[in-house]
Amino acid sequence: MERKSKTTGVVAGIIANLVIVEVDGPVAQNEICFIQHPENKLMAEVIKILGKNVYVQVFESTRGLKVGTKVDFEGHLLEVTLGPGILSRNYDGLQNDLDKMDGVFLKRGDYTDPLNREKKWDWRPIAKAGDQVVAGSWLGEVPENGMPHRIMVPFKFKGSYNVKSVVEAGQYTVDNIIAVVTDSEGNDIDLTMVQKWPVKVAVKAYKEKPRPFKLLETGIRTMDTLNPITEGGTGFIPGPFGTGKTVLQHAISKYAEADIVIIAACGERANEVVEIFTEFPELEDPRTGRKLIERTTIIANTSNMPVAAREASVYTAMTLGEYYRSMGLKVLLMADSTSRWAQALREMSNRLEELPGPDAFPMDLTAIITSFYARAGFVYLNNGESGSITFIGTVSPAGGNLKEPVTESTRKAARCFYGLNQSRADSKRYPAIDPIDSYSKYLEYPEVVDYLTENISEDWLDQVMKTKTLLLRGREAMEQINILGDDGVPLEFHERFWNSELIDAVILQQDSFDKIDANCPLERQKYMLEKVLGITDMRFSFETFEDVSGFFKRVINQLKQINYSEWKSEKFATYETELEEIFKERLN
Amino acid sequence: METQAFQKVYTKITNLTKATITLKATDIGYDEMALVAGRMGQVVKIMGEEVVLQIFAGTEGIPTNAEVVFLGRPPQLKVGDQLAGRFFNAFGEPIDGGPEVDGRVIDTGGPSVNPVRRKQPSQLIATGIAGIDLNNSLVTGQKIPFFADPDQPYNQVMANVALRAEADKIILGGMGLSNDDYLYFKNIFDNAGALDRIVSFVNTTDDPPVERLLIPDMALSAAEYFAEEKQQKVLVLLTDMTLFADALSIVSNRMDQIPSKDSMPGSLYSDLARIYEKAVQFPHGGSITIIAVTTLNGGDITHAIPDNTGYITEGQLFLRMDSDVGKVIVDPFRSLSRLKQLVIGKQTREDHPQVMNAAIRLYADAANAKTKQDNGFDLTDYDERTLKFAKEYSEQILAVDINIDTEKMLDTTWDLFQQNFEREEVVVRQEFVDKYWKQ
Ligand SMILES: Nc1ncnc2c1ncn2[C@@H]1O[C@H](COP(=O)(O)OP(=O)(O)O)[C@@H](O)[C@H]1O
Ligand SMILES: [Mg+2]
Repeated sequence: MERKSKTTGVVAGIIANLVIVEVDGPVAQNEICFIQHPENKLMAEVIKILGKNVYVQVFESTRGLKVGTKVDFEGHLLEVTLGPGILSRNYDGLQNDLDKMDGVFLKRGDYTDPLNREKKWDWRPIAKAGDQVVAGSWLGEVPENGMPHRIMVPFKFKGSYNVKSVVEAGQYTVDNIIAVVTDSEGNDIDLTMVQKWPVKVAVKAYKEKPRPFKLLETGIRTMDTLNPITEGGTGFIPGPFGTGKTVLQHAISKYAEADIVIIAACGERANEVVEIFTEFPELEDPRTGRKLIERTTIIANTSNMPVAAREASVYTAMTLGEYYRSMGLKVLLMADSTSRWAQALREMSNRLEELPGPDAFPMDLTAIITSFYARAGFVYLNNGESGSITFIGTVSPAGGNLKEPVTESTRKAARCFYGLNQSRADSKRYPAIDPIDSYSKYLEYPEVVDYLTENISEDWLDQVMKTKTLLLRGREAMEQINILGDDGVPLEFHERFWNSELIDAVILQQDSFDKIDANCPLERQKYMLEKVLGITDMRFSFETFEDVSGFFKRVINQLKQINYSEWKSEKFATYETELEEIFKERLN
Repeated sequence: METQAFQKVYTKITNLTKATITLKATDIGYDEMALVAGRMGQVVKIMGEEVVLQIFAGTEGIPTNAEVVFLGRPPQLKVGDQLAGRFFNAFGEPIDGGPEVDGRVIDTGGPSVNPVRRKQPSQLIATGIAGIDLNNSLVTGQKIPFFADPDQPYNQVMANVALRAEADKIILGGMGLSNDDYLYFKNIFDNAGALDRIVSFVNTTDDPPVERLLIPDMALSAAEYFAEEKQQKVLVLLTDMTLFADALSIVSNRMDQIPSKDSMPGSLYSDLARIYEKAVQFPHGGSITIIAVTTLNGGDITHAIPDNTGYITEGQLFLRMDSDVGKVIVDPFRSLSRLKQLVIGKQTREDHPQVMNAAIRLYADAANAKTKQDNGFDLTDYDERTLKFAKEYSEQILAVDINIDTEKMLDTTWDLFQQNFEREEVVVRQEFVDKYWKQ
C-alpha cells in the first residue's frame, strides 16, 4: 500500500462512532486514518467505501466532532508493534500501554508506545553472516523475563535474504541495528529488534501446521482428565452469566503449562482485569518459580472502553500470540468474552444498515469466528523447532440459550466444548462444566490417544471412558429415582447414583479459591481418578438406601479433605488411612 | 435559560418524527445539546448540513418554524459541595424549590477510569441483612442490582442498605419513580437525619420517559466528583434500570433501528455497561458503589434487560417471596456477589466461605426434598431434616428484615447445622468443624 502522497479527506457525516469521510485519493479497506479533531486526533479504521464516501469506525468517542474536520489516511492497516518488552504489559485493544497514560481517566486520542525504547537488552546472536534467511528466521535472542525472546526477520519480508552482518553479543536498545540483510537484488536492509504486523492478517512464517497431538495440562481436573485440550488446540466455554467462565479462565491462566499467557479482556468488567494485575505479580508460576505476571500480557478493552476497539483487541492478542509462537514458545491465549466482540460487529453492521442475519448479527459471523480460531494451532517452524497457540474463548449466550448465533458459530470453530451448566452453578458445583454435554474432539485423534497412552498410562483412556460411563449411568439412575421414588428402585440404583456423586464431588468439583485444590497437576489427577474408580469397583453391603447415601457422604467428605491437603503430606496420608477404616465397616 | 444574544437561531425544521427533528445547520458538534421551542434536545446524527436532534420530551406540538438554538456543549452538571441535600431533574435543574447550585461545570457521560489506575475493591459493606452479608457480601466499588418483581419491596430494602452502608454520600438516580416512591425516599432519608449526605436526580412518572436516559450520567458525574476529587465513599442508587432500558428501546424504535432480542437495541449491553462500569475503587480511598434495581417480569431473568445486566454487574441480589415462611428473602440460588471472595474469610471470620457454601448446599438438598414431597414420594429422615433446616434458615438468615452482624450470622448457621445434621453431612473443612461445632 505504498503511496507517493498521503490521501486526505473531510468528515461529511457522523452517527455515533461511524463517521463518513469524503476523500480525494485512493483508500484501502481496513486502512487506518486519523480524524484531526482540534483537541485530539481520533484514530479510525475504514470499514466500507462507496465512491468518494469512506465509512470509518472511530476507536474513540466522537463527542463534539464536526462536519468538515480534516482526515489523514495513513497508508497502512491496523498494526501492532512487535519486539522485546511486551510481556507483563497492560495494553488497551490497540496496544497502547495503559501504564504510560497520564491521569486517572482515559483521555481520548492518547496513544502511547507499546515498547520501552530506552531499555537495553542482553543480545546474543543466533544467525551469522552468510546465512540464508526468510521471514521469521531467528537472528538472535534476548532474555525477556527468563524466556528466550527471539529476534526474527520481519514477517512482512517476502522471499529469501542473505545475512550480511549480525552485531556481536552485547547490550542494545530495541531500535539499535542488530543485523543487516541483503535482498535478491542486492539491496542492504537494516534490521532492529522491532517490526510491525497488521493484526487482521494471520502470520504464516512457519513450515507446517500438523494436527495438535500433545496434552496441554491446565491443572483443572474436569478438563485434563475428562475432556483434555491440546497444545495448539481450541476450546470454548459458553455459559450464562455467573456460571464461572471468568473464574475458570483465570484459573487456567494461572496453572496451565504455558510459556506465555495472553489474556484479552474483551468487553467485560474492568475489575476482573484489576484482579489479574493485583494477583499475578504475587502468585508464583509453579513451573519456573517466577511471578505469574512475568509470563503474562493483558489486552484490556473493558466494556466501558470504545466499542470499535473491541474487535481490534482480540486480533491484537492473537497477533502477539503468533509473534511468540514463532519464537518456538508455547502460548496460551484467552479471550473473555468473544460474544462482546460479536456484539461490537453487530452494532457496526446495524449502523451501516447492512442486511442482518439471525438475531441481527452480521451474515458473515460464522466465517469471521472460524477464521479467527483457525489462527491458533501447533506449528513446526522453518528451523525445525515447534511452537503453539492454544486458544480458549468464552461465549456469553443471550438468555443462557445455547442455540444463539455466537454459540452456534463457535461450535463450528472450536474443538473442545466446555459448557457451563446453570443448575451446577446454582448448587455451587464448581467448575460448572457439564460433564456429559461437554466434549473434547481431541480424544478422537489417534495421535492424542497415543500421546496419552504413552505419557500417562496404558489404560488411561479406558479409565476416562469408564468415568464418563459411570457419570451417565448415575444420571440415569437419578432420573429413575426421581420418577419411581427412593423405595421404588433397587438398591443398586442408589449405588450407581452415589458412584457418580462420588466422581462429581472428588474429580469434577474443584475449588478455585482454595490454595491447594485450585491446581491439580496431572500426576495427582491420575492418582485421585484411580482411587475413586477403585472405590466404584468395591462391593459394599447395604441394608437400605439410606445406608448408601450415609456411607457415600462420609467417603466424599474424607476424599474432599484429601483434595484440600498438600500432595502426599502427612495429613493426606492420615485421611487416606481413615478412609480405609470407613470402607472396612461396609466391605463384603 | 441558556440562550445567548450572539447565538444563531434556526427556524426551519425540515423533518419531524415522534422523537426527532431534522434541520439544516452548520458548525454543530456531535452529542451537542440544543433548545427546540424551549425543550431540550441532543444531536444524534449529522449528515452534511443536515442535523438530527433527539427531543427528550417528544416533539408533540413543535411547529416547523420553532426556534432552535444550539448550546455548543454536551449535557453538563454543576458540581460542588452545594449539591448535598438537593433534588434535581434529569437536566440537573433543582426541583426542590431551592436556589441554583454554584459550582464548576463538568460534562456528564465523560471518559472511563484507566483500568491500571483502579484498585481492587477490598472493603466490606455491612448491611445487617444476612442474605446479603453472609451469602452475597458487598464490597465498596462494586456494582450490583436487585432483581425483583415490581410488587416486591426493593426500594425499602435498598434504602435500608444505603443508610446502613456508612457512605459519605448517597446519590439517588430515580428513573420513572412514582411520586409516592420519590416521597418515600425523601422521608426515609430525612427521618434518618441523612438528608445532607444525599444528592438526588429524579425523573418521576410525571416526566417524559426519554428524559430518564440522562439520569444515570448525572448521578454518576456527581458521584465521580465526590469520589475522585473529594476522595469520598459514594453509594449510587439507580432505580429502576428496567425503565431506563425501556426508554432506550423507545428511542431506537422511533429512530427505525433494527431491534435485537426483546425489542431492545443491539447496543443495550454497551449502553448499560457504560453506566455500571463507573463503579470504581480508587487507590486514594474514594469509591463509587452502585446498587441498582432491575425489575423483572414474572421473575423472568432471561429477558434481555436482566440478562445483559447480569453479564455486566458484579452479581445480583434476587428477591423472592418464600411462601413457607411468609417473608421476602434474598434467594441464595439466583443471587451472587462476585466480589465476596475478596472479603469473606479475610475481613470476616475464617469459617465464613465454607459455612456459606455448606448452608446453601443443604438448602439445595431441601429444594430436592420438596420436589420429592410435591411428587408424592415418601421422605427420608435426611429429607425431613433438610426441610426443617431450610425453614429455619429462611426465617433466621435469608429474610430481608434481619439486622445482625456477620459473627452472629455464622453462629446462627452453625447452630442450625448442629440442630439438624451430623458433622459429616455438613462437609466443611475439618479444622472448622473441630473449632465451631459445639461439643
Ligand atoms: N471454580 C470456582 N470455584 C469457586 N467459586 C466459583 C468458581 N467458579 C465460579 N465461582 C463463583 O461464581 C462467581 C461467578 O463466576 P464468573 O467466572 O465471574 O462467572 P461468569 O464469568 O460466567 O459470569 C464467582 O464470583 C464465584 O463466586
Ligand atoms: Mg465473566
